[in-house]
Amino acid sequence: MDIDVKKIANLSRIRLTDVEAADLAPQLSSIMGYIDKLSEVNTDGVPPTAHPHDVAMPQRADVVTNPSRRDALQQPAPRTESGLYVVPKVLE
Amino acid sequence: MPFRSLTDIQAQLHAGETTAVQVAQLYLDRIAQYNDDLNAFVHIDPENVLAQAEASDAYRKEHDARPLEGLPIAVKDIFCTQNGPTRCCSNILEDFEAPYDAHVITRLKEAGAVLVGKTNMDEFAMGSSNETSAFGGVQNPWNTDCIPGGSSGGSAAAVAAGLTPAALGTDTGGSIRQPAALTGLVGLKPTYGRVSRRGIIAFASSLDQAGPMTRTVKDTAMLTSVMIGHDAGDATSVADAPNFDWLKACEGRDMKGLKIGKPKEYFIDGMDKEVRAQVEAALTQCEALGAEIVDISLPHTEYAVAAYYVIAPSEASTNLSRYDAVRFGHRCDNPEDLEDMYARSRDEGFGAEVKRRILTGTFALSSGYYDAYYLKAQKVRTLISQDFKEAFEQVDIIATPTSPVPAFKSGEKTDDPITMYLSDIFTIAVNLAGLPALSQPCGFSQDLPVGLQWIAPAWQEDTILAAASAYENATDWHTKSPVKFGGEA
Repeated sequence: MDIDVKKIANLSRIRLTDVEAADLAPQLSSIMGYIDKLSEVNTDGVPPTAHPHDVAMPQRADVVTNPSRRDALQQPAPRTESGLYVVPKVLE
Repeated sequence: MPFRSLTDIQAQLHAGETTAVQVAQLYLDRIAQYNDDLNAFVHIDPENVLAQAEASDAYRKEHDARPLEGLPIAVKDIFCTQNGPTRCCSNILEDFEAPYDAHVITRLKEAGAVLVGKTNMDEFAMGSSNETSAFGGVQNPWNTDCIPGGSSGGSAAAVAAGLTPAALGTDTGGSIRQPAALTGLVGLKPTYGRVSRRGIIAFASSLDQAGPMTRTVKDTAMLTSVMIGHDAGDATSVADAPNFDWLKACEGRDMKGLKIGKPKEYFIDGMDKEVRAQVEAALTQCEALGAEIVDISLPHTEYAVAAYYVIAPSEASTNLSRYDAVRFGHRCDNPEDLEDMYARSRDEGFGAEVKRRILTGTFALSSGYYDAYYLKAQKVRTLISQDFKEAFEQVDIIATPTSPVPAFKSGEKTDDPITMYLSDIFTIAVNLAGLPALSQPCGFSQDLPVGLQWIAPAWQEDTILAAASAYENATDWHTKSPVKFGGEA
């Protein structure tokens, strides 16, 4: 299978070097080739698994339960200012 | 002491023959002596460990001891722990310190455990040999030229070498059971939904479960009984899950009336002959203990690895999109713009195997391929679950080898992803079906441990614990420990 590695890498937001892309192309082809085994299985009328067990999604009362921990949660961020995350300029 | 079980150490603590500080110091000394040979721990803070042990000894003076009072437990680097690094052995989390404890960590602390450090693992738990770790590989204590299995390889090596009596791992496709098998330990993947995933760094959310790695079945039961329970902070944590007395479940001494299924798809050409012989000998022993062995078939087994390598990477590609260099994690120097920041930070931060999985998953989910891969894999997953359901109409439990081979040499399988992926051929179907499964030692091949895997219907870990306890009681494989690290083979 021919896979456009650069295109998939772009969708994944990973910038591959040319060397990385050249290494990965045959590996991905071989992985997808192995996965093509699935086409041998007759799945007509078989529902896809959505959850390993037959359980209902739990619900809870619509009330605020978590305290404000902005400072602690922002502590691991590469750059913050006045409680906001700072990123490169998006709009000119 | 170093190779004693948690229950033995607990008895000594209860009798006042030792203290939590003395126990902690013994393991800290062994870590200092041996960790360079094994690379099992990636973070140790001895002062913090001793402070926890002192607090436990003080608590014991004033109160009744809690379930894990003063017992040292090592923790895989995938669990968020406050006041120290949590890096999932990835460069993208190079400086990360978690702002909260994982639910399981809170449970352990409340039970009086002493957390001894963070153990090495495959990066983001993606690997079967611990060789994808950003902190380098881990050596198998039974033969340091070999891998310890993965992805919970550091936890496995640490317990096997007597650097801690127990450790936590996580299991997405075999990451507790396979390294437990390859290092001669007991390891349990509980039923999906039994243990909260909150604060465990996500790999594949519909498959991930945390569990213990210990020297004995009873230790596994004791530790799991503390880890489990509903958590409203994890939407997949099941409320009202069927429960039982975990320690009582380990009182099994025979297997009278137990029907054990032996699936033909797990005893195949190409597997290690000695592994097969040891597992078959174990089943003969089970017969002697009163069990009936029933030949069964799980016909879709051969498609489990293919289905897994669509579903797990797809979920991973989604989960790992959070590493955007905005809220946490590595950010590249001098990004030109937002796109450049995302793409370069992620290229610099992720290792080769993680990139392979993200790209595989992104491809499987991409426009035009979703039905052929992701949807197809989820349908095959249903068939794999049905295989187990039908088998459990005939038998109470299923027994298989945990791994088709004993520990292999470091570097032996790193060049070919497919060969490495096939290491988990006997463990993956269990995750796809959300079932509980345990690996326990049942012999040696080429002087390396062999694991016996028990699989039960959902929520029936008690059936597994009873069978594994009866087998353990009748054998002495669990008492072996590697001579190179002061043990007795």
